[in-house]
Amino acid sequence: MVMLAALLGAPLASPETAHLSDGGVLAQWAWLIPVVPLVLMFGIVFFGKRLPAGGWELAEAAMLFVAVYGVALLIMNASEGITYEGSIEIARIGSYVIEWGWVVDGLSIMMYAVVGVVGLAVFTYAKGYMKGDVRFTWFFAAFTMFAGAMLVLVSSANLIQLIVGWELVGLASYLLIGHYWEDHANNAAATKAFLVNKIADVGLFIGVIIIAVTVGSFRFTDILNAVAEGDSALAQVAFWAGLALFIGAMGKSAQFPFHVWLPDAMAGPTPVSSLMHAATMVTAGVYLVGRMFPLYQTAGFAVDVKAIMIVVGALTLFLTGLIALVQDDIKKVLAYSTLSQLGYMTAAMGAGAYTAGLFHLFTHAFFKGLLFLCAGSVIHAVHSNNMSDMGGLRKLMPWTYRTFLVGSLALAGIFPLAGFWSKDEILASISFDSGHDGGTIATVVLVAAIAGAFVTAFYMARAVYLTFFGEYKGHGHPHESPRVMTYPLIGLGVLSAVAGFANVPGVFTGFTEWLAARPVAMGDHHAEAINFGLAGIGLAVALLGVVAGTRLWKRDAATQQARDTFRIPVLYPLLANKYYIDDLYLKGVVGPIKGPIARFTNWTNTYLIDGFVNAFAAVSVFLSRIVYHGLDQRGIDLAFNAVSSATGEAGDALRYTTSGKIQDYAAALFAGAVLLVVGFLIFT
Amino acid sequence: MIVNQFLVLAALLFSIGIYGVLVRRNAVLVLLSIELMLTAVNINLVAFGQYVQDALLSGQVFALFVITVAAAEVGIGLAIVVLIFRNRSSANVDELDLLKW
Repeated sequence: MVMLAALLGAPLASPETAHLSDGGVLAQWAWLIPVVPLVLMFGIVFFGKRLPAGGWELAEAAMLFVAVYGVALLIMNASEGITYEGSIEIARIGSYVIEWGWVVDGLSIMMYAVVGVVGLAVFTYAKGYMKGDVRFTWFFAAFTMFAGAMLVLVSSANLIQLIVGWELVGLASYLLIGHYWEDHANNAAATKAFLVNKIADVGLFIGVIIIAVTVGSFRFTDILNAVAEGDSALAQVAFWAGLALFIGAMGKSAQFPFHVWLPDAMAGPTPVSSLMHAATMVTAGVYLVGRMFPLYQTAGFAVDVKAIMIVVGALTLFLTGLIALVQDDIKKVLAYSTLSQLGYMTAAMGAGAYTAGLFHLFTHAFFKGLLFLCAGSVIHAVHSNNMSDMGGLRKLMPWTYRTFLVGSLALAGIFPLAGFWSKDEILASISFDSGHDGGTIATVVLVAAIAGAFVTAFYMARAVYLTFFGEYKGHGHPHESPRVMTYPLIGLGVLSAVAGFANVPGVFTGFTEWLAARPVAMGDHHAEAINFGLAGIGLAVALLGVVAGTRLWKRDAATQQARDTFRIPVLYPLLANKYYIDDLYLKGVVGPIKGPIARFTNWTNTYLIDGFVNAFAAVSVFLSRIVYHGLDQRGIDLAFNAVSSATGEAGDALRYTTSGKIQDYAAALFAGAVLLVVGFLIFT
Repeated sequence: MIVNQFLVLAALLFSIGIYGVLVRRNAVLVLLSIELMLTAVNINLVAFGQYVQDALLSGQVFALFVITVAAAEVGIGLAIVVLIFRNRSSANVDELDLLKW
């Protein structure tokens, strides 16, 4: 009860929040959002197997709770704008305070709603997809932990809790990617994801340490207030702190050159890929940059990092998009497209467009979650990940086909689906940036982003034609998935179609205002009206991609000849080998570590450290021998034996006085009393 | 009031009591001797109580407590003596040498 009373503590009033609501009871109890899934996860672990649906109902209940709570907060935020922050002190180390906090503002509310809604769809779907799996209960325990960890991350009011959520997300993703651990390749993929993230996490830690030491607090509000007040100490280190944090974000959000883990992470079950790519895990990096956005945007602080950010984003969006063109595994096509879209988000952040980047995160969550679930539905039906085993599924799986088409068109950025609006806003922001701070770099990035839009439409057209058109090439008789799987597809399909209308510049700017509900000003630029020129170019390029894709692959799909005509001499091997980056890492990083460095470490361990330990042990043995024979046996034991034998002999002599005669004892008693009285008289 | 005569009487009684406890073999007489010692103490208490003119009469009241406790004690003592006599057909103290090593 004391804990509960502390949790309900007074909100932290801040002068800047005067015009915004504190969210009332709904915000004060928002700490339940991460806690409920984590508590129910333990429920699944301990009682899941005894429940009728194997623990799925608890997982679903957790996501339903988060979805309802998140949407309720979203509606409230849309009407009045909420900023609330609660914190409980956990520990105090010197002047640093470790806290558990929950922040309820525009950014976190958007993430709660996205994680909840997409999570609800994915968890419902996973019941059908994972049916009959040997580790069904275990899967849902880890899956609930995955969502709960992401909620810990996005609800955190300080950097320490953010790291806790960050690492829990990493752990849960490791468990889920390696869910089918019977196959060694899946273990390797899980380990790769974990290790690549861990390397990038070093950056995050360095950034957190620099900021905490400079500002003296882990709280986002304190850090961002220091930025707003122009703290000169922070300004001096801001570039390195911002860069280090961004490196951490690059790992989680799989930016070039840390992108290598994400395609391999397809080894996990498809619902995992769906949630990982839509709402949890990869969005964490973009979220972190969004959370710390004023640090990057305020002049005199980490503004220079934005140039790195936009270049990294552009490289990622363009290079990984091309790889998607040559993949046969449908999940890998989608994985590379996620990388590409994450590149868009990062580039938008780099262009100083807080709203545009997070808006793309928002819409992308719906259509990418949808596309993965559709892919899972297809994989469920044909028992293969490869598009060369698919084809002609349009008639056999009508709902999967329709929803996949909606998702693909949304991803390609076709009017009026969600992707069109968010991608257009990113293009507009980069274009604006090229006229201001960004300069020539931003202009080049703009071209890359437009080219990326073409590539996106191109590879999605390929995926649609190879999967759903032509003749069926696989084995068995595929059929439409059960309703528990198709209903979530339809739900997400509707959201993919309409989510874009949440932010139409100049017409309805709801999303911009939702996100602006923060204690400090973001200082970002968002377009006042639709940039019809850029929107037209974006749409034209996307349509061109669709047309080109149709020309190249529709006929192939129909005739079943040469499934892949995209075999340009130099480019194809380069793309098929993923620019040899994995080989480079294997030879350049993993090889030396496994070879010379491991051998050297082993040698050091065996000869230097073990030698030292052994020598120490030998000296200890020698010294203890001396102590044993000399001191212990001769000295201490002698004293003990003397005392004990003296006691024994004294007892032998004195036992004759216990005659058993009561009157003797009484006489002794009186004699003693007399002696005491006499002694008393003498000595006083 | 001279307190000495009472103290002498009490000392005599106490000594007789000690003599009885240490020398008599019959357990009943040992108990009687203990009563003598308690009586000596009571005389002392009453004498000193009168001597210091205590307004609360502590000495006299305390003597009453001693008498009560003594009655209880001798009751238990006699019960033990009776039981021992039934068991061993003897109430001689010097034959009760069970409390030895």
